[in-house]
Amino acid sequence: MKYSYFPGCSLKGLGRAYEESLLPVMKHLGVELQELADWNCCGATAYMAVDEAKACVLAARNLALAEKQGDLPIMAPCAACYLVLNKTKHYFHDYPKMKETIDRALGTVGLHYSGDTPVRHPLDILLNDVGLEALKQKVRKPLKGLKVAPYYGCQLVRPYATFDDQYNPTTMDRLLEALGATVVRYPLKTKCCGGSLTGTVPEAGIRMVYILLNEAKKRGADCLATVCPLCQFNLDAYHAPVTAQYGPVVVPTVYFTQLMGLAFGLPENELGLKRAAIPFKWRPAASETPKPVAA
Amino acid sequence: MDKLMMEIQRTIKYDADRVKGFGREVMSVPGCEQLESCIQCGTCSGVCPLSIYMDYTPRQVMVLTRGDFKNEVLKSHTIWLCASCYACTVECPREIRITDIMYELKQRAIHEGIYPKHFPIPVLAREFSEMVKKNGRITEMLLVMKLFLKTNPFAAMSNWMMGMDLMKTGRLSFTTEKIESNGDIARMLDATDAPKGA
Amino acid sequence: MSTNNENGEVRIGFYICHCGHNIAAMVDCPEVAKYVEKLPGVALSRDYKYMCSDPGQELIQKDIQEFKLNRIVVASCSPLLHEHTFRGATEAAGLNPFFFHMVNIREHDSWVHTERVEATDKAKALARAAVERVAHHRALDVKKVPIHPDVLVVGGGIAGIHAAMTLANAGKKVFLVEREPSIGGHMAKFDKTFPTLDCAACILTPKMSAVGSHPNITLWSYSEVTKVDGYVGNFTVTVKRKPRYVNEDLCTGCQECISNCVYKEPKFADEFNEGLGKRKPIYIPFPQATPQMVLIDPEVCLNFKRGVLTDKCKKTCVEACGEKKAITFKQQEEIKEIKVGTIIVATGFQTFDAKRVPQYGYGVFPNVYTSLEVERLVNASGPTGGDVILRDGKHPKAIGIIHCVGSRDKKTNRWCSRVCCMYSLKLAHLLKEHTEAEIFNFYIDMRTPGKSYEEFYDKLLEEGVQFIRGRVGEVTDWAMTPEEEGKLVIRVEDTLAGFVRRIPVDMVVLSTGLEPQADAQAVRRMFNMSCGSEGFFLERHPKLAPVNTFTDGIYLAGACQGPRDIPDTVAQAGAAAAEALVLIDTGYIEQEPNTAYVLEEECSGCKSCVPLCPYTAITFDEAKQKAAINEALCKGCGTCVASCPSGSIVQRLFDDDEVFSEIKGVLAYE
Repeated sequence: MKYSYFPGCSLKGLGRAYEESLLPVMKHLGVELQELADWNCCGATAYMAVDEAKACVLAARNLALAEKQGDLPIMAPCAACYLVLNKTKHYFHDYPKMKETIDRALGTVGLHYSGDTPVRHPLDILLNDVGLEALKQKVRKPLKGLKVAPYYGCQLVRPYATFDDQYNPTTMDRLLEALGATVVRYPLKTKCCGGSLTGTVPEAGIRMVYILLNEAKKRGADCLATVCPLCQFNLDAYHAPVTAQYGPVVVPTVYFTQLMGLAFGLPENELGLKRAAIPFKWRPAASETPKPVAA
Repeated sequence: MDKLMMEIQRTIKYDADRVKGFGREVMSVPGCEQLESCIQCGTCSGVCPLSIYMDYTPRQVMVLTRGDFKNEVLKSHTIWLCASCYACTVECPREIRITDIMYELKQRAIHEGIYPKHFPIPVLAREFSEMVKKNGRITEMLLVMKLFLKTNPFAAMSNWMMGMDLMKTGRLSFTTEKIESNGDIARMLDATDAPKGA
Repeated sequence: MSTNNENGEVRIGFYICHCGHNIAAMVDCPEVAKYVEKLPGVALSRDYKYMCSDPGQELIQKDIQEFKLNRIVVASCSPLLHEHTFRGATEAAGLNPFFFHMVNIREHDSWVHTERVEATDKAKALARAAVERVAHHRALDVKKVPIHPDVLVVGGGIAGIHAAMTLANAGKKVFLVEREPSIGGHMAKFDKTFPTLDCAACILTPKMSAVGSHPNITLWSYSEVTKVDGYVGNFTVTVKRKPRYVNEDLCTGCQECISNCVYKEPKFADEFNEGLGKRKPIYIPFPQATPQMVLIDPEVCLNFKRGVLTDKCKKTCVEACGEKKAITFKQQEEIKEIKVGTIIVATGFQTFDAKRVPQYGYGVFPNVYTSLEVERLVNASGPTGGDVILRDGKHPKAIGIIHCVGSRDKKTNRWCSRVCCMYSLKLAHLLKEHTEAEIFNFYIDMRTPGKSYEEFYDKLLEEGVQFIRGRVGEVTDWAMTPEEEGKLVIRVEDTLAGFVRRIPVDMVVLSTGLEPQADAQAVRRMFNMSCGSEGFFLERHPKLAPVNTFTDGIYLAGACQGPRDIPDTVAQAGAAAAEALVLIDTGYIEQEPNTAYVLEEECSGCKSCVPLCPYTAITFDEAKQKAAINEALCKGCGTCVASCPSGSIVQRLFDDDEVFSEIKGVLAYE
């Protein structure tokens, strides 16, 4: 299992804890990742607001690079990157004018996109390529007693629900259960966190963050598990304004890969746990060797 | 003593308020044709997490766009408040790509410069696109700084606590992220503008 | 052979119709007439304003007599409209009607052109083709196929019941086949019907009872049609009668067996009550079931194991039945074969599966119900005796009724299901009556088109039901305010008031739409019917032939053709019965003689044609080693004619001479 790894700007910046936990976890599972050389920003939602064709061209460059560098499927952990790359792929196939523009623009820098490169998310790869059974075998410190609210956010399942149900995704739920955690029923699992609105229109954005944190707390969750660096940032870094407006609602938010790292017994200080504004203090209890799978 | 008068406002839309052909133009963008079949059911506004903050709900923006009310639509807060969570698009019974129409309207507003100068979102979009064109990648901290400086310098101050937090946890970095193929992005993006038939 | 005049000469009369402006506006009719006059074989060429009118037809007849014409060509509108008219006129003048040929210069020419010159040229070419062709026409006889007087009605809902009663009262023998153990269909499950609020059972059961006791109706319940062979007037239908494990002739419906079943309490989900109630393995579907007899479910009865008889149970039911000895565990499925002349398909609809709209929470939240479930809840003979008590034991204080669930949605069913607005109003009324709860109806458009339907809407408005125009975005259980705790919250844009609302309710009712039955495709193939893009059976013409299908002798009635309410269903059922009666009372049906036939001497016995016939009209005579075509089944599609490698199949009205001369005629025009 080898993939082209597309980190995206956030995983090298504010979301570096995601990368820090993702890479060792993947290595531990024997999944080979080859970081896409000279990748560029995917454009996310911001570029789409400026010019659709340019946004697609930006994203297409990465798809073309992946084809050039070993023709491997692309793994995009950031939900926004995942969406934009998928969208570009769809537009390339569905709208001939867009295909023409992309071909022309890529041609000026000597690149070509055939339209075939699959775009995958780590959750997809973990559940469908690696498999839950293989995952369970690697669990040394089951997350027994940890109540997690799985938060998928919006861009992972909408508008393209490629590997999970659009209304009630369960890939992360099943993953967390395989790690031994208790998954709390969280009806807001795909409700938007506000995206960049927490910074630009705080009155709206902060409230959206509050709603998510409040419901997680009400459901008795010890933490929220996310798949998107912006979601993690929103849920983690804005506790001060949330508390100021609505009262204290403190629920730490971690990346699902960090929970995986803990469950696998990987060195704690290498999972980026210290990067969070709200510290995640819970740790799994004693080590266990899992029972071997019956032949 | 200042509000002795009952302040009223006359709102009536004349035919001259329409920009005829605007709706057709927006719908001619691939993916936006379905807007013709909107039955105004209100599902989009019903599921939109931000509709409660909008001056025109998503449903209203759809009917205004189709009805050629360009100014009302491009000046609305709605298009900027859309977080592109796609909840509306997946629920729409006519399969109208509402989020993509919102993007289309955002693009038109930026292109025509129809937004208040201090609106942070279009400014963010502009700064983002310029940074990407120049460097190929985004340096989040730099982007945020630019945004605050251009829209609301005081907000930068009030977020100093968060800034400290980020520094403490090692997420604050001001080194510009760049790709190696300098100029490639700019060249590619410029080629996108080539005249049709080239 | 052609009937030519004494000299063997063909004398063609050609008429080009102006059709008012329809043709004349684009085609220069006098010019075409002048052109045709000069063609070989043409004795007479006229143009006229309205050929289909009485004077027009009389003109043809007069000319035939006066000018001794033996072929007629009329260039006018579509044959579908007036071919019959002109053939009639020809026949009235003493000429075989098949010496008449019609050419379409309206739909095929005038209506699709914008240039007069080109339109006129085309008219000339078409006219020439017709003139060349008609010379080769031969005298033909219309076929008469006899009609068996018995009728099969498939489906025992209100449509099937009404059709069966109408035919039975007209003295015809009817076989009524129903898949469920009792007739009554969906209507039997309703509490009250709109707009009169008649009790559904009260108006239905007398009809059901009449069906059960009518001497002319053979009621086969718990039975399914498995095969249909034959053709109009002569269908052979195979019916599978499923085993009830109860002898129909001996069971009196006393239900002692049920009271004495080894299961003291009912335990299994009750289908009639939409799973809200429970029944025992031996049961009667509902109190007024017709036929009034019990049946045994072999999947759960202790005397069976997974449907196979083990005979291990105490069989207290048999004991209770006593002298009647009606229970027979050894009963097998029975195959019956019947002969009928006409068939009425009234197989009804199924309701949309609310699980396909996950954002409304059906199956996730216990207090979300479908409309059919609510009908059973409010019904006095339902599982709760009419007490609206929710799955979690609560009595609702606020109820939300969501219209258009599954309907008017490209992702599920594109169409409007027609009855849901009305039944949502009805349920609002019934729920208010039973609970005094605050009721909200969430709609996109309020569709109340029928007789007294708008008044019904007024009545509901007066009862204080709150109508919110907005398609509900989601039904959720996460609370934002204290009053929402523990409730189901409906989030919707109140489009008329102009803001988004969150409304906490105790009970949500989903007004699910109507869709074709799950096995509609299999059923329609069995009866050789077409269906529309939505899956409902297709009528021959939406306005002029709404109960006929494209297969002669098979008619449609009720919701299997499209969503409809009870008044329209009953009307349509009556119409279908009337259409069947036309055939039965006439005794025969006339068929267009454009059928194909095999030239036996030339047939090589290759069997290529046999599987190609879409109407299964071709059989292979093993003794003669030749193909044979059943003319009553043949619809003249021409597939076998074209495919025969030895060219030994000929089609009347379309034989080689006729077709090639037409082609030559078109090409000959310069």
